This record gives sequence, C-alpha cells and structure tokens, in this order.
Amino acid sequence: MKKFFQNLKQYPSAIFGSILVLLLVVVAIITVIVIPYDQAISRWRGGEDVRGTVPKTARPLYINWITSQKLPETMVLDSTEPDDDIEKTKEQLADELIDITIVYRFDYDYDDFPQELQLVLTSEYEEKSPFVKLTWYQPDGTEIELGDLVANPHETFRFQDKELKETLGGLEPYIGLFAVPDSDPPEPMKGTYELHVKAYIFEEEGDVDGKLISFGQVHGWAGTDHRRRELSLALLWGTPIALAFGLLAALGTTFTTMFIAAAGVWFGGWLDEVIQRITEINMMLPFLPFLIMVGTFYSRSIWTMLGVVILLSIFGATIKNYRAIFLQIKEAQYIEAARSYGAGSWRIITRYLVPRIIPILIPGLISAIPSYVFLEASLAILGLGDPVLPTWGKIINDARMNGALYSGHYYWVIQPAVLLMITGLGFALIGFALDRIFNPKLREV
Amino acid sequence: MPNDNVLSVRNLKLFFKTTKGVVRAVDNVDFDLVRNRAVVIVGESGCGKTSLAKAILRLLPKNVDTYSGEVLLNNHDTMQYNDEEYRLKIRWVKMSMVPQAAMNSLNPVMKVGNQVAEPAIIHNEMNKEIALQQAKKMFQQVGVPDDFISRYAFELSGGMRQRVAIAMSLVSLPELVILDEPTSALDVLTQANIFNVLKRIKKDLGMSFILITHDIATSSELADDVAVMYAGQIVETGDAHRFFDQPLHPYAIKLMDSVPRLRARKEPDFITGQPPSLLNPPTGCRFKDRCPSRFERCEEEPPTFNIDGRTVKCWLHAN
Repeated sequence: MKKFFQNLKQYPSAIFGSILVLLLVVVAIITVIVIPYDQAISRWRGGEDVRGTVPKTARPLYINWITSQKLPETMVLDSTEPDDDIEKTKEQLADELIDITIVYRFDYDYDDFPQELQLVLTSEYEEKSPFVKLTWYQPDGTEIELGDLVANPHETFRFQDKELKETLGGLEPYIGLFAVPDSDPPEPMKGTYELHVKAYIFEEEGDVDGKLISFGQVHGWAGTDHRRRELSLALLWGTPIALAFGLLAALGTTFTTMFIAAAGVWFGGWLDEVIQRITEINMMLPFLPFLIMVGTFYSRSIWTMLGVVILLSIFGATIKNYRAIFLQIKEAQYIEAARSYGAGSWRIITRYLVPRIIPILIPGLISAIPSYVFLEASLAILGLGDPVLPTWGKIINDARMNGALYSGHYYWVIQPAVLLMITGLGFALIGFALDRIFNPKLREV
Repeated sequence: MPNDNVLSVRNLKLFFKTTKGVVRAVDNVDFDLVRNRAVVIVGESGCGKTSLAKAILRLLPKNVDTYSGEVLLNNHDTMQYNDEEYRLKIRWVKMSMVPQAAMNSLNPVMKVGNQVAEPAIIHNEMNKEIALQQAKKMFQQVGVPDDFISRYAFELSGGMRQRVAIAMSLVSLPELVILDEPTSALDVLTQANIFNVLKRIKKDLGMSFILITHDIATSSELADDVAVMYAGQIVETGDAHRFFDQPLHPYAIKLMDSVPRLRARKEPDFITGQPPSLLNPPTGCRFKDRCPSRFERCEEEPPTFNIDGRTVKCWLHAN
C-alpha cells in the first residue's frame, strides 16, 4: 500500500487529479452536513416566501471583480431592524390619528440600475386601513411623488403604476428613479437617495413597518436562476449527487461485469454461451432511447435511472474484454493445480481468477466514474433529470430552456460545466496514472 | 483377499476426443502399489504417463471420450463417488499430486505460504492460522526456510518453487502422492536434493509415491517398483532391483540400454523408429514395429504374463 502511494507520487498529474477529486469529495461531505437534504430540497423547490429577497437571473458577485462596471447588489432596508440609515418617527396627532414617518436613506454608487424595486408594508390596525404616502428624493434633491396607497395588513408596493412611469418620462420606475434626468441612454445618478414613507393611522393604536428591497443584478457567489433560486445551492448539492451516481454506477457495473465474465469463463458451456449472446444483443440495443423510454413511461428518479444504467451497462463490451483475459488466465498451470488440490469453483473464481484482473480493472473503474457523471448530466440536459434533486445537468437544462446564452447569462451554463470538467479531469488524471502503475508496459522509459 | 495395496488400478481407460479422432492415451492399464513404496512410471514422451496420473486423480479435461475402469484406494472403489464427493473425499485427502512443471503451478499473486496452506484450508477445514503453521512444518520438511512463507512465487528460485509445490502436495498429509516429472527443468544438483527430500519424507511420513518420469537414472534413487509404459499401456512392472538388473520386455531392455552407464564400457543404444500415434495404435503388440525380436505371434495382442511377481506384456515370456 505504501509502495503504491510512492508510485503514485511519481506522477504529478496524479497528485493534481487526487487534489481535485479530494476537493470535490470534501465539498460534497461538507454540503451534505451543512445543508441537510430536506433543507436543500425545500430551498430549491420552495415558493416566494423562501426566496423573497432573491433577484431573478442575477449574475454571480465575482462578475463585479472581473469587469470594470460595478453592477448593483441586492439591498434590503427593513424598518423593523433598526439601522442608522432608517429613521422611524411616531407622532400622536389626535386621539384617533397617528402619524408615522419612515425615512430610508441609502448610498447608490453602482454603474447600472437595479432589476426591480419593492416596498413590502406590514400594518397593524383594528378596522380602518392606514393611508400611506410615498416620496422619493434623488441625490440632487429632486423630489418625486411615488403615489398614495391604502395599506392592508400585507401590502406590496411594486413601483409599477402608469402615472409614475409617465412622470419619469416613460422609463420604468426602477430605472427612472435612479437615472440622471434627460440622459439617453439612462445613466444612474450616484449619491444618497431617500425614500419617505408617511403613514396615517386613523385609530388609537396601530403601526406600520416597511421593507424596501432593491433587487440587484448580482447575487451570491453563483448567481440565481429564473425562479429566484440560488444556483450555489444546486452547484453544491450537485457534487454529492454526481459523485454518488458516478461511483455507484462505476462500481456496480465494473464488479458485476467482472464476476459475470469470470463465472462464464470458469463454468463455460451453456452459461458462457448465454452470457455472450445476451452481451451481443445488449450491445446492439441503443442505450439512450432505452433510458428515455424508462424516463418517460416509468420514473425519472435518479436512483431508477442509476439502476437502469447499471443493468444496461453490465452486459457491455467490457464483458468481452474481461472474458478474453480470463480465458488466458484459466489455462494457467496454477489454476489447474488449484483444481487438482480440490479448490471449489467459487474459491477459484474469487482467489485465483479475479485477483489477476484487478490491475486492469482499477484504472478502468476510476476512468468510468466521470463517464457516468457525464451520462447523468446528459440525461438531465435531455430533460430526464430527477424531478426533485438539484443536479449540475439540471442547471444546464434550465439555462437552455430559458435561453441563458442568448440573453448573456453565461454564468448559468459555465459554472456547472466547469464543475463537470473538473470532475472529469480529476478522475481521468488519476486513471491515467493508475494505468501506468498497473501496466508497466505503458511506462515511459 | 486382504492385501496392503494403497492403490490398485484395473482396466483404466482414458480416451480423448480430438478433431482427428479418438486418442487412446490410457488404454487398459493395471497396476498395484503397496503401501509406503514408490513406483516409478517410465516411458517416452507422449506415451500417456501424465494422462495416467490425471486419470488416477480424475483431473479430466473437457474433451474426454471414455473414462472407465477401477481405481481402488485401500481396496475401495473411488469410481462410485461423483465429482463433488471425489473432490471433497479423495483429492488431497487421500491422494495428492505435484503437477508437471510444478514451478509454474503457483499462483503469482498469492504468498507461497498461503498457497501451501490452501489445500489444508479447503480439506481439513483448518482456520488460516493453523493451516499456516502446518504449511511452515511442510516447508521444513522439504527444506525451504520457513520465513519464506510470506514471499511470492517469483521471489523464489526454480528449485525452491519445486519444493514449495511438493510441500503443497504434502500439507494435507495424504497417503499417496503422484509426482509428475518433479525434477524436469532443474539442474542435477537440485534434482539430487529433491530426491533426497522425497526419500526422507517417504521414511518419516510413511507415504507412498507414484513418480512419473522419463529420467530413469535419477528416478532409480527413489524407486521401489518400476512400471514401464508404452503407447498408453503398461508393458512391464516389477521391483526396481530386478528390473534394473534385467528388464524383461524388449522395449524395457532397449530403454535401459539407452541410459549411459558410468562404469560399464558400453555405448548407449537407441530405439529405431518412433512411438506409434495414439490416435490409431497398431493392432497386436504395440511395440512390434520397432521390436528387434518380433515374431508371428506379435500380430496378436499379448496378455500380461506373471513371472515371479513381475508382470510383462510380451509373447516372448509366454510359458
């Protein structure tokens, strides 16, 4: 074992590959521990309440580091969470009239406009809804009346009414409110903005609170998708799923194939014939259409797919390769000797035949892992991804369905693709090195 | 009739099917082996010696055409066992074998200690520890340092490997060991060593041996009895002393003449012609075409004649 690792060390590519794989494994383990399965699923599949402050198709934060333009981040100002930038005053004007003023003050020095603006109001009252008046102050002092509204207990002001749009010269409010007047194309005005919320409550007691959300164009380290889901979650959870799928499929197929080949060779006769014919028929059958059929008519669960993939791969071309090697080993003197001293068939297969093929099997096994990871991604891209689990392939599928590349959301495709490539690269580098170690003929002189 | 035969073979036949026809590798063989004696089976290459060994141990290839006769072990017919019973009750329990080219009969990915312990684990249901102890004892018996048990076959020399193979045949303490060319491909010194080992084992463990060889000179070291095989048949048996002094069958005489002598002033002789094909053996006496003393009766198949406890299959000795 020690010698084996020393051997492995001679190949820098193997070390690099091991580091990549180790990194993926560590990420997978930490992900599963930190974001338990149930939590991940509810965050991935939950509704607006889960992701109320997450913008749609926002780019990852690191875009701001690599481009000269500074894109706005998401900003949340909540009057229930006291802050220097939020002033809330409450004044009892009469017995049945309370005046509440909330002033939101924030600096805006980004080079682009936010995606959307929202003011979420929550009011407490008995019968009569409070009356709310909103005023916007730009850094140069321009005052813009946003409008009045009657606040229900939960009221969301979306900055979308037509009058406001007209006042702003036909610009969408989330642009117009931040734009330098009469600039074409609109340019954001940098400086300190203020939003005044003036609420009148016509009762003895009551309260109004508001949360101002400016949805940015960048969010999180991996961006978000069209359904306001953070891609970081799917990228992280995709790791354990991809690794598990690849590993299980590779282990399942390689070892079963090996045992079937060994048994066929050892017992020979009709068993060997049956195995060979099944293999030949199976090799003729198209693999992908089979999976598509299972996915369409039966189940798209990743575990069902895994099972079908293993079943279809067991009787593959590798059985022929292993058979060729076993046929050679079977004729060796020591097998005959083992038979003569009474070793049973099972013992001969497990202790005499199989150990000879391990050196060929291990590199193949390692190289098979990424190919199954890619297969899973391909299935997801073809729309056969698991309906529940977030996977790398499904991110790419979502991106494709929503025309990510046409609208310039490259991050949506590139991030999962890079992870897939890292996985492939890591395992392939290890596989090549193992091949060299186990097959000395391949070693360069 | 009680006797002390550890092995008796009666009318043993082993024919193989090939694309050219049926090969009669072992054709009606009879012989007896008394306990704690060693019989040497000599004969030319291709005369069926190894097939005879395999037929005795029932290690049959797939292309068997006929396999019949009796193999009596301690006067018990082993033919009544099916293959699985035979594997569990006879092979290595009662009879074991050192196969031809035993040096190559070691698993290259198994430590030789484990390899030697394998039969003990399989048959005597020992656990691995005890089996390894037993293997160690056998290593001492055959003169291999017992710390070699944790080495792999490729780390041993040819002679060592041969000894390991012999240890493997002894580990389950069978009554009879068949040695198929145990010293071919070894140098003379190693051959002598191995024969000394075998002699000592025969004395210490009271085992019986069947030694298959074409090397008459070396095998005379160990032999108590000799059986001469020609074209799938045993043509002469007898005790070693008398055989080496005066062989009876013309083939045996020629064979002995072909062995160079150290002290006698005599050139080694050779046998004219070549051994007959076992696909289509000659009728009558199979040696007749090469025999210097051929006469009319040789056209008929000779029976086995018994002369003072020796047997010979030749019309010359008809009385």
